Amino acid sequence: MTKHLDRTELGLLIALPFLILVAFILPKWIVNYVHVSMGTGLVALGVMIQMRAGLVSFGQGLYFCVGGYAAGLMAKFLGVTDFFVLLASGIVAALILSSLLGFLLRRYREIFYAMLTLAVSMILFGLLSSTEELGSTDGFNLPTPSYLGWHPEGETSRLTLYTLTCCVAIGCAIVLNRFLKGPTGYVNEAIRENELRVEYLGTSARQAVHITYVLAATVSAIGGVLWALPLGHVDPEMTNWTTSGQFVFVSILSGTGNIVAPMIGTFILEIVRVYAVEISPNTWQMILGTMMLLTIIFLPKGLWSLFGGKKKSGKSAGADAPTAGE
Amino acid sequence: MTKSRLGATMGSLLKTSTSLMAAATLSVMALSDTASAQDQSVKVGFVTFLSGGAAGPFGVPARNAAELMIQSINAGTVPGPYNTPGIGGAMIEPIFVDENSKQKNADYLKLVEKDGVEMVIGYISSGSCKAIAPEAEKAQKLTILFDCGTSQIFEEIVTDPKYTFRTGGHATMDNVAAARYLKQQGVNLDSIAGINQNYAWGQDSWRDFSETVAQLNSDASVATEQFPKIYAGQYGSEISVLLTSKPDVVHSSFWGSDMEAFIIQGSARGIFERSNVVLVTGETAMQRLGPQLPDGTVIGARGPHGALAPDSELNDWFRKAYFDRFGTFPTYPSYKMAQALLGVKTAADKAGSAEQDAVIGALQGLEWEGPSGTVSMALANGHQAIQDTAYGTYKYDKDAGKPVLVDVVRFNAECVNPPAGVTSIEWIQGGFEGAKCE
Amino acid sequence: MLTATAIAVDGLGFAAWLFLSSVGLTLIYGVMKILNIAHGGFYALGAYSSAWAIGVYTTTGSTVALTFLLIPLAALIAGAVAGLIVERGVLKFMYGRDEVLMVLVTYAIFLILEDVTKLIWGTQSYVAWQPAFYFGTVEIFDIPYTVYKFITIGTALVVGVSLLLVLNRTRVGKLLLVVIEDREISGALGINVNLFFTVTFVSGAILGALGGAITAPEISVSPGIGAEIVVLSFAVIVIGGMGSIGGAMIGALIVGFARAASVHLYPPAELFSIYLVMAAVLAVKPYGLFALAESRKI
Repeated sequence: MTKHLDRTELGLLIALPFLILVAFILPKWIVNYVHVSMGTGLVALGVMIQMRAGLVSFGQGLYFCVGGYAAGLMAKFLGVTDFFVLLASGIVAALILSSLLGFLLRRYREIFYAMLTLAVSMILFGLLSSTEELGSTDGFNLPTPSYLGWHPEGETSRLTLYTLTCCVAIGCAIVLNRFLKGPTGYVNEAIRENELRVEYLGTSARQAVHITYVLAATVSAIGGVLWALPLGHVDPEMTNWTTSGQFVFVSILSGTGNIVAPMIGTFILEIVRVYAVEISPNTWQMILGTMMLLTIIFLPKGLWSLFGGKKKSGKSAGADAPTAGE
Repeated sequence: MTKSRLGATMGSLLKTSTSLMAAATLSVMALSDTASAQDQSVKVGFVTFLSGGAAGPFGVPARNAAELMIQSINAGTVPGPYNTPGIGGAMIEPIFVDENSKQKNADYLKLVEKDGVEMVIGYISSGSCKAIAPEAEKAQKLTILFDCGTSQIFEEIVTDPKYTFRTGGHATMDNVAAARYLKQQGVNLDSIAGINQNYAWGQDSWRDFSETVAQLNSDASVATEQFPKIYAGQYGSEISVLLTSKPDVVHSSFWGSDMEAFIIQGSARGIFERSNVVLVTGETAMQRLGPQLPDGTVIGARGPHGALAPDSELNDWFRKAYFDRFGTFPTYPSYKMAQALLGVKTAADKAGSAEQDAVIGALQGLEWEGPSGTVSMALANGHQAIQDTAYGTYKYDKDAGKPVLVDVVRFNAECVNPPAGVTSIEWIQGGFEGAKCE
Repeated sequence: MLTATAIAVDGLGFAAWLFLSSVGLTLIYGVMKILNIAHGGFYALGAYSSAWAIGVYTTTGSTVALTFLLIPLAALIAGAVAGLIVERGVLKFMYGRDEVLMVLVTYAIFLILEDVTKLIWGTQSYVAWQPAFYFGTVEIFDIPYTVYKFITIGTALVVGVSLLLVLNRTRVGKLLLVVIEDREISGALGINVNLFFTVTFVSGAILGALGGAITAPEISVSPGIGAEIVVLSFAVIVIGGMGSIGGAMIGALIVGFARAASVHLYPPAELFSIYLVMAAVLAVKPYGLFALAESRKI
């Protein structure tokens, strides 16, 4: 497991101090978008690793929301504010739920997987929207987190949270990269190509899908906690299909070529949206839609092909089958 | 009616170009002002829904009112005490942002830090307000919530506000006043039914209304409570249930297109004849549906806005200027935006400066005249406005060919709002302790 | 008895609306394997043009009866124009791409269509109630129902049956089934696959617009109605089996009755009754009720 690091992992580790440094150099408002993009970027990452197995989850917002709400509920009803406990509760909640749901979902493929994940996430949306104790659609607010008994305030608090978010996000990315390069990761590739052959070779496709599903859920829940804490607010919109849809679009737009792609893609899309709103507050959706179309037409493998496309060209020209980040 | 719709169509075709021109005019004005004596401008961020389902009924009327008021304030053409150009001598330079966004807080901070606005006016959805209020305190930026209804903002979320203000009343008064109005009009309140959207606004409205009725009439029973999904648009089944359960009163806090759809589908099937229907936000539909809205419907406007606004020079001017520019009469979101901007102007003029700290100091506990009457920042240490409210009964005047409200009853702010320090639901269930009704 | 009848009529009315709103989606998916999110945009275009046309027409003060011609006409024009532009202008260049990528393409088109409707008709809502009131109401067990509702039910039935007839009983329909079965072979047999695609997509767009146009008199047409319909119609066609016209009918009926029943019997369940049904159906029949089993490629 702990063999030497590959190029992506090395890059991620080198990027970490720079990412943290960003908070001190760039204007605060950009840092803010970087910060929230790491949360949502992790969810896009969760979508992306499922996409490697040919599965598109249109309900990944479910775990984004489960993470955020688990942390929120701990704070609201038990008065817990510790960052690590909140993060852990998000992870545990997602682990339990996804392990159970996995038994159902692992039987499905293609559009049916997409629709069933969507249905499950919308059931949670319905439940939360009609629960007045949890603020219904308005959601509720989270406290400023503390760290193992340390209660920083103001700017210190913001920077601490940012730094920890960077560390956790990069950590998740490295773990997922390992996963994609591990046995199950390659089984997933094979499932996308031809599931029947996987079974003939004596490997359980369903088990691989189940593992991937749980992993994606966990990462998304971590994203949910990391997103909710700087915002200080959660609401059921997190599990609405429009939110889940955005995660899918980010993953497709940025491409599945590399583990970093969805994270960067999330940020780029966010900035494009911000400027579209600034240029034309009334018709920004049109600008966003046009940008998307152009990206698909001219960069069929996603934005990532701008960066890393040259190195491994030609290998999979027809089908969109980029290989793991090697 | 249809003619005005045609006009609106033409208007909307031209709207983009008009708003561009308006922006150009504004910047030209700002430029020419630089040349003359005044060389100040103040950037103000405006956040309302510009896309999605809430844009048509709320976001765009509010933005329109903002455009109109900014232009008039900068030109000094608002009547009464407001006839000086600018706010505290500075010209307003607006930046509009769409509230329909998943990253509301980051968008807010972008306004504050990148665009360097002096203050932010906006937020229609209660969810947005809940998320933004703490952010405003953290960012230490004057933020004026102009519309959102949840009573929690200063009761639970920001209990000691410094930078957050709300210039509109909260939702409790709409529903308490609705119940009081029905009682006053002698309507039988033995059996009540509700059809409200399944989200915080609908749930809170129904809770406040049904609890108030329970206080006013101990025999009251709930016939049915329906909570369809927001933007559902199809209410066939719900209307059947309302018809079969035969309530005396049907309460609905539907707004915008959902309310209009309910009126069309409900009036076609006679629900308005079988029961007394109360529409908490009904005022926005009056001009649009005309004779299609059945006579006898009880209408509110979330405050004394629109058709329920008292006669005044300011109100007449506002209605006319708005109609001339946009081809429709202003509805309550427009009124609430105008109210917020005039509050800011009064505060800035009083302080003699448009700078944040000066405005905050002056706005706290301020009292001013808006197009819908007196507003006073009486609650939450001078940060939360209270205002009178009114309800009326709808009647379509066939001879004049226009809708009117009869039997209009005004309620004192103290009659329908809980006193400082008491949450709404405690106040209602405790029998309205301290309410001052005349 | 009263409640049972009410559930039946309400459920049928809701189902008719659902079917009309989702049949275009299932048609396009069945033939082209495109999950068309832009469907919501066509629905909105149909609703807007119908409401606008009725509004303009009624100012002339002529008889309301003719508006019943205006509704399909508005849908036809709006759907055909928008469908042609989208298919010829964008989709044509994308055939053969990954199914999921096509979802993204249609989503982008949907976003653009949203703003196009906003640019044409503004953000104000449109009401065009005249047709919905024209025939008045009939009472069933003391509950009045609009005759317009029954016209909608009738229209849904006519549309469904004629689509099934065209597909199964005509030469064009049979050729289309061949195209669905195997694009390459049918191309080799001399069938103009591209033409079939264009015609299918435009028909799907017109059907989507018809769903909106026929609903317009009962609602207030405003921005955002397209987004609402997308997920709802997805649920309907997934339950029935994607790409199956009969499936869409059954799916619409199931969802319609489920919703009506929950409103009458247990209102709190209304918000997620549809998704509950969808999850339940998929748990038992993974590919929807009417989907054909696909052979797995080895």
